[in-house]
Amino acid sequence: MRIACPFCGERDLSEFTCLGDAGGPRPAPEGEGAVARFLEAVYLRDNPAGVHRELWYHASGCGSWLRVTRDTRTHEVLAVRFAREARGT
Amino acid sequence: MRYSLWTLLREACSGHRGWKPAWRDASPKSAYEVIVIGGGGHGLATAYYLAKVYGVREVAVLEKGGIGLGNAGRNTTIIRSNYLLPGNNPFYEFSMRLWEGLERDLNYNAMVSQRGVLNLFHSDAQRDAYVRRGNAMRLHGVDAELLDREAVRRMLPFLEFETARFPIQGGLLQCRGGTARHDAVVWGYARAASGLGVDIVQNCEVTDLVREGGRIVGVNTSRGEIRARKVAVAVAGHSSRVAAMAGLRLPIETHVLQAFVSEAVKPLIPCVVTFGAGHFYVSQSDKGGLVFGGDLDGYNSYAQRGNLPMVEEVCASGMALMPMIGRLRLLRSWGGMMDMSMDGSPIIDRAPLEGLYLNAGWCYGGFKATPASGYCFAHLLAREESHEVARAFRLDRFATGHLLDEKGQGPHPNLH
Ligand SMILES: Cc1cc2nc3c(=O)[nH]c(=O)nc-3n(C[C@H](O)[C@H](O)[C@H](O)COP(=O)(O)OP(=O)(O)OC[C@H]3O[C@@H](n4cnc5c(N)ncnc54)[C@H](O)[C@@H]3O)c2cc1C
Ligand SMILES: [Zn+2]
Repeated sequence: MRIACPFCGERDLSEFTCLGDAGGPRPAPEGEGAVARFLEAVYLRDNPAGVHRELWYHASGCGSWLRVTRDTRTHEVLAVRFAREARGT
Repeated sequence: MRYSLWTLLREACSGHRGWKPAWRDASPKSAYEVIVIGGGGHGLATAYYLAKVYGVREVAVLEKGGIGLGNAGRNTTIIRSNYLLPGNNPFYEFSMRLWEGLERDLNYNAMVSQRGVLNLFHSDAQRDAYVRRGNAMRLHGVDAELLDREAVRRMLPFLEFETARFPIQGGLLQCRGGTARHDAVVWGYARAASGLGVDIVQNCEVTDLVREGGRIVGVNTSRGEIRARKVAVAVAGHSSRVAAMAGLRLPIETHVLQAFVSEAVKPLIPCVVTFGAGHFYVSQSDKGGLVFGGDLDGYNSYAQRGNLPMVEEVCASGMALMPMIGRLRLLRSWGGMMDMSMDGSPIIDRAPLEGLYLNAGWCYGGFKATPASGYCFAHLLAREESHEVARAFRLDRFATGHLLDEKGQGPHPNLH
């Protein structure tokens, strides 16, 4: 598996570490249902067999956080963006 | 047919033509008391204990492929009960006791071999952690022995003791731990369950759950609809997908773990050894191959195969621990996809939907749990309450904060 870092270009898997599901934004800590929202955000996962959006860190490269869209059945990388630019999309 | 020395002699004298298939490959009926989804070790053990201990005999095990071709047939066969937490330890010890009587119980040779499991430590901090673990084990009535460097050297003289970075300082030994033949465990449970009337249905994939009035009342499968009063999920690695059929999200990610076997050599490694300074563990099969493994590949995967960087990492860790294996050739490697739960511990509980029951989240430690997992899941299904050693394996612990995080790692399944 190789990941095309938008800054460094295509690099070997061993340069990256995976944080996991890119999830949504951090839930609001105030108001009703905050505990349930945090349970959803911290612990529950879709865990799809198919297209998955996840956060990767280019540790042995430029040090960027990336949002990688990948197929969990084939390991095919479908898209890579800087995480900060991908936020909310 | 009951296996014994007598049947073996009789068959030996008659050219081995009288052996019968060990279990019945059943066609599904239209309804059962309990449907168990998943014909791995856990599903088959669940069906066996349901029939044997709890008297529930209208049971079907539905397997999408052939039995034992998932993780049950892919693991590195280590059994042990060296757990730290009070919620885990009694469960795994219960499992160990079941292993100790399993072959007599099933009338099947599962090659249970209590050759010992030795966890090495390489620093003062690691020693303290293992002393604590050993004490916790002994407080729960589990055997544990702390070995110093010289005792380890007497046992395993070929390890690399002199490295400056990871000097071996000693190890925690559980003598009653060891290995069992994974395939035989599957076949033994299948045969014993089938003998008690359980239907083992292969090539029968569950594609949907049947709901009526807010209750699960059966399953749709590639071989038609099948009804049941209770549907029990034991699909290791696929739990999220089956749960999604009921609209549930689980605290689980699916990850791949690889395992390796070398060419066969003469008896060399007498026990199971784990490296404390890298992720590597090894034992030797009765055929002579070194069976070893390491860390998860580290990202969600349903591919059932691993990647090359991990092959290199595991082999490098192996070389650091026992440089002599550098001369061995690797025979095979493979991967299995597992439920990695958010705290590294399993779930045996009712789902929040009536009629549906979950046995999930076994991570890479579920083989050793097979007997107790089946027993406790059967208990839950038959009695509608948790078995006393499985009370901590609740689904709602992630909401209440009663996590079972042996490693103290936090909600990062790829690091457990
Ligand atoms: C490489 C590797 C090494 C391991 N080493 C060890 C070890 O040394 N010690 C240890 O204790 N544990 C180990 N484990 C973990 C252990 O193998 C698993 O936790 C355990 O086997 C899981 O339970 P099971 O046997 O029921 O799983 P499986 O054998 O995977 O059974 C699940 C079954 O469900 C079926 N299924 C899935 N979806 C459906 C569906 N929709 N319909 C019908 N059937 C379905 C699958 O086909 C599969 O046969 C290891 C795992 C791996 C991958
Ligand atoms: Zn980069």
